Amino acid sequence: MEIKTPETMAPALPWIPKLQRRRNYILFIEDITVSFDGFKALDNLTLYISEGELRCLIGPNGAGKTTMMDVITGHTRPDSGEVWFTEKINLLDKDEVAVAQAGICRKFQKPSVFEHLSVYHNLELALKGRKTVRDTFMARLSSEDSGFLDATLALIGLKERARLLAGSLSHGQKQWLEIGMLLAQKPLILLLDEPVAGMTPQEIERTAQLLLTLEGGHTIILVEHDMAFVRSLARKVTVLHQGSVLAEGSMDEISRNPEVITAYLGGDLC
Amino acid sequence: MLTRIFDRPTRIFFLCALFFSAAVIIGACFPPDGLWHVSPYTVSLLGKYLCYAILALSIDLVWGYLGILSLGHGAFFALGGYAFGMYLMRHIGTQGVYASAELPDFMVFLNWKELPWYWQGSDMFVFACLLAVLVPGLLAFIFGWTAFRSRVSGVYFSIISQAMTYALMLAFYLNELGFGGNNGLTDFKTLLGFEIHSPTMTVALFALSSLALLLTYFLCRLLASSRLGLVCIAVRDNEERIRFTGYRVEHIKLAVFTLSAMLAGIAGALYVPQVGIINPSVFSPLFSVEMVICVALGGRGLLYGAVLGAFVINFAKSWLTTALPDSWLFALGAIFVLVTVLLPQGIAALFPRAWTLLRPLGNRMKYGNKNA
Repeated sequence: MEIKTPETMAPALPWIPKLQRRRNYILFIEDITVSFDGFKALDNLTLYISEGELRCLIGPNGAGKTTMMDVITGHTRPDSGEVWFTEKINLLDKDEVAVAQAGICRKFQKPSVFEHLSVYHNLELALKGRKTVRDTFMARLSSEDSGFLDATLALIGLKERARLLAGSLSHGQKQWLEIGMLLAQKPLILLLDEPVAGMTPQEIERTAQLLLTLEGGHTIILVEHDMAFVRSLARKVTVLHQGSVLAEGSMDEISRNPEVITAYLGGDLC
Repeated sequence: MLTRIFDRPTRIFFLCALFFSAAVIIGACFPPDGLWHVSPYTVSLLGKYLCYAILALSIDLVWGYLGILSLGHGAFFALGGYAFGMYLMRHIGTQGVYASAELPDFMVFLNWKELPWYWQGSDMFVFACLLAVLVPGLLAFIFGWTAFRSRVSGVYFSIISQAMTYALMLAFYLNELGFGGNNGLTDFKTLLGFEIHSPTMTVALFALSSLALLLTYFLCRLLASSRLGLVCIAVRDNEERIRFTGYRVEHIKLAVFTLSAMLAGIAGALYVPQVGIINPSVFSPLFSVEMVICVALGGRGLLYGAVLGAFVINFAKSWLTTALPDSWLFALGAIFVLVTVLLPQGIAALFPRAWTLLRPLGNRMKYGNKNA
């Protein structure tokens, strides 16, 4: 009979990240490589996100920003590397649905709301809860839920439009609705892919305010092209270039960094 | 909750359906020479339309709400029909041509000595009814599970569903399969001990079909007005996005597709005693496509559109196949093209438009011409 040593009895040990000095990190991305037909979309990307942080990711086209989101949300399998949500949940084991249920929600670059449903229904079906077929069929809105949805509607500024079809909203309003749908899922991490693309300056300003209200309560990873917007948030910025991290720091540090300037061809950063 | 299920279109539909059924049933009771008399032939014809309407509803549930275009729903209908046809065959008994108490005529003709195992128990009414629902459900579950799990969707799903019903048609043409081959199951005599072609039975079957249509409609509304209904529309509009919201798209599709197949099976089971025959031609892709055109003509994703389309198309078919027998398929094709080009939302989309046109008129009649 096999003697049960502590080694054989022990369950799979919690995963141990490489970095030495642990802070309150919530998302660990280590040495991720993704290649498409030999082209490395991500090349040994390592990134740690702490809890409650609002992190901006910038980088030229093809830097791997969207691919990184695909990897985190289980849409793309990396060739190598580790992605952990806290030290306990291995995100690479999970598909899109399981990742979403674990509390990581994603907003797409192109506003993806359900145009044939009302604004309110869009939020209702995103609402956190058990989402099996049976539970969805039996689901009724509790007064607590509807209060939460009303608060979310007020937060994204669409209270008056709750009964309209989502398809009738303007571009900016659709973007806000999609952020609202993420919030209805009561997420721990929000992944936002270019939330202000195509917005008017006033809308951009409102979005910035919205994100700053959410900071702290949620961890937010923001991928953005609009430098003025990133500057207005004034948070820690990570620059991706050719699939790996080029620089990390405040916006001012980043825009002085010669490597970053070269990557952007001395262009739109300054 | 009840007000959510019975929204205005649903209330209007239920009123119209109840009025229509009552009119037909009362009409059938009038003496044959009276003005309001409805002949047994007409009653059974309308009963047949009701079965088509249930099938159209089941197609609308997967196509209109989930965006799955199944071109093989006739297969589920036919399986339900065959399951109930087996029960009717077993009760022909000694009234058949070969007067065998045990075996249906075609088995005697094939020189079979005993019933195949899958005919066992089919003489029990309740078991046959269960089979008519469960067999289509099981096929849909297996078919859907393999298709949805490998994320087959769009036209690829339509094509393989068509291939499925075609394969079943070829199989059911075989005499060795034990379902009467080319002739199918026919020559029924009794249902629950009553003569199947008597006028009373015809009216009873019609009433039962009406009830089944109303119940099916209610069930579909129950689903459509629940949060699951919202998720179905979301799946139709953007399948990828709803995954990131945490819903298992495959499970939702599988559940609704299976339910829809079971409803189609019920329609088939009600169809067989009224028409008096079920044969492999019901498995033909043409029949399924015809039913899909019904839904397209009536209007998708509205439920009442599907019922309306089923009545319009099948009425046109009954009329044209007697008036100009060869022209039906051309007419069907023309209807489909015209609907797609001129009325992509179907006939039902005209109702709200008619409503907005008529309402000012009604108000003017009510309040005089003050605002004009």
